[in-house]
Amino acid sequence: MALLEVDDLRTHFFTREGTVRAVDGVSFAVEKGKTLGIVGESGCGKSVTALSIMGLIPKPPAKIVSGSVMYEGSDLTKLSERELEDVRGREIAMIFQDPMTSLNPTLTVGTQITETIRRHYDVSQKQANKKAAELLEKVRIPRAAERLLDYPHRFSGGMRQRVMIAIALSCDPKLLIADEPTTALDVTVQASVLDLLDDLRHEYDMSMIIITHDMGVVAEAADDIIVMYAGQVVERASTLDLFDNPEHPYTEALLGALPQIEGANVRDGRLTAIPGRPPDLIDPPAACRFGPRCRYAGSDDCTKHEPQLREIRSGHWVRSAHPASERAGSRKPQEVGS
Amino acid sequence: MSSAKAPLLQVTDLHKHFPIREGLLIERKVGDVKAVDGVTFDVAPGETLGLVGESGSGKSTTGYCILQLMKPTSGSVKFEGTELTELGREDLRRMRREMQIVFQDPYSSLDPRMTVGDIVGEPLVVHKIGTRKDRSARIRDLLDVVGFNPSYTNRYPHEFSGGQRQRIGIARALALSPKLIVCDEPVSALDVSIQAQILNLLKDLQNDFGLTYLFIAHDLAVVRGMSDRIAVMNRGRLVEIGRAEDVYTNPQDDYTKALLSAVPIPDPRAMKERKAARRKLRHALAES
Repeated sequence: MALLEVDDLRTHFFTREGTVRAVDGVSFAVEKGKTLGIVGESGCGKSVTALSIMGLIPKPPAKIVSGSVMYEGSDLTKLSERELEDVRGREIAMIFQDPMTSLNPTLTVGTQITETIRRHYDVSQKQANKKAAELLEKVRIPRAAERLLDYPHRFSGGMRQRVMIAIALSCDPKLLIADEPTTALDVTVQASVLDLLDDLRHEYDMSMIIITHDMGVVAEAADDIIVMYAGQVVERASTLDLFDNPEHPYTEALLGALPQIEGANVRDGRLTAIPGRPPDLIDPPAACRFGPRCRYAGSDDCTKHEPQLREIRSGHWVRSAHPASERAGSRKPQEVGS
Repeated sequence: MSSAKAPLLQVTDLHKHFPIREGLLIERKVGDVKAVDGVTFDVAPGETLGLVGESGSGKSTTGYCILQLMKPTSGSVKFEGTELTELGREDLRRMRREMQIVFQDPYSSLDPRMTVGDIVGEPLVVHKIGTRKDRSARIRDLLDVVGFNPSYTNRYPHEFSGGQRQRIGIARALALSPKLIVCDEPVSALDVSIQAQILNLLKDLQNDFGLTYLFIAHDLAVVRGMSDRIAVMNRGRLVEIGRAEDVYTNPQDDYTKALLSAVPIPDPRAMKERKAARRKLRHALAES
């Protein structure tokens, strides 16, 4: 059963220049105990999707204009600010990209962890401190008890992200949303943070949404993936099926544009760049939003009708008139084994 | 290939130390940060040498010391046999025609008050090349070469996206027809689809103009695709240097191994093995 179900979510920003359709018809589900990866490039709406789930979008200018976010039977978009506060942190926690700015520099790390604990649980400061020390140990910060008294500037980037994870875990959330959790980190630090998240997810029996621009990160961390482009989900599948048989021309192009460290034609082949750039979300193309950059575009289906997200085979959804397996002369999708 | 021709650039035992000072009224030096700590390598004409490392490894400082944008503490940098560290201002300025740089951040490396044309043409003005008319023709050629619409010369950088701005930065670097371009994280601020456009452009320019690149980046996949040879830096030192393929398929140094094993690759099946391998390596490194 799904823990979280997002249906046709639309979050628009009403600005002087016009209405920015940042999230424009996003649907997905997060299963219990699973990790969903959301990938896409800057401005595709992946972070706004996460903030909309958490009720953290700035209103105004932003507004959820339609759709629902069902979490354990209640629609989060309909909750009052007060009710949302009980969900945030306690049920759904979030960690952000930049561990340098998401901690308060004027408070000790201990204070920042215990304030979340005491907001949601009726415990004494002493009990909260004890729990905070345990949490820092869980995220593998050495000399945990002493370090509670330190200010954030005494921690490196990777260590700060661990502190953020400790705060996120402090109230045993059922869902953890990680928005580009390792983007600001060096590659070796990124690897250890991803390993940590993976361990904790099992230990705490959490579901996770991991938002990233990095195809490598979702390949390693996610069970299921949605690919976003210009505010919409363009493809949704299990991780293995998505990488084995990408259907949407954008997903295919994105994988072709990616430099790799191993495998054939690493050096000799040119990268298959995607021409142009993503559309302006104030005035996106009327029909297919990827159309102007798509090598298969051209038919009326591309320019006249807006493609809908449809299930092309069991569990694999795509929003395109020309998915790979339907194009002339295309090979049959590979069998997905495990 | 590096043995066939005399090297274009020779870096020998390069050091760059930054003093650490303490004390309120009377400052005194209490130590050094050894940002670059004895780096030696050659770059052959027409070659791309990739310089990889994590933040703080000293890779950008190495690049700046080569171009003399920072004065090295000690060591030698020879460009076509000329020792750069001993040159005076005027001689250095003349040498700069041969060596240019493309910066990481296309948002802060272009003066927001200058038009695109002025930015690309500035090196020509500084080096007093051509008449005003020659220069404006040259600017249009340069913009055309990097795939930037030449009719936009009178616009300002803020009107363009990151990828377009990086094209402007590349056109500026090409203006003096240099032999060597130091690319300092040229694509790390760009999205994947745009990044591929810029990497392809850099390759085309290298083929067309016989450029030599020192390609500095933290992204191992990007460096691999661009480079003939790779140098890996860690804490100011060069830990490994060799043909790209050898370094990637058969790394010798433990740090290189750890670095490579940490890269997430877009292949969920291979990732399972890599995850197990890198955990093992990390434990081994932690214990050593």
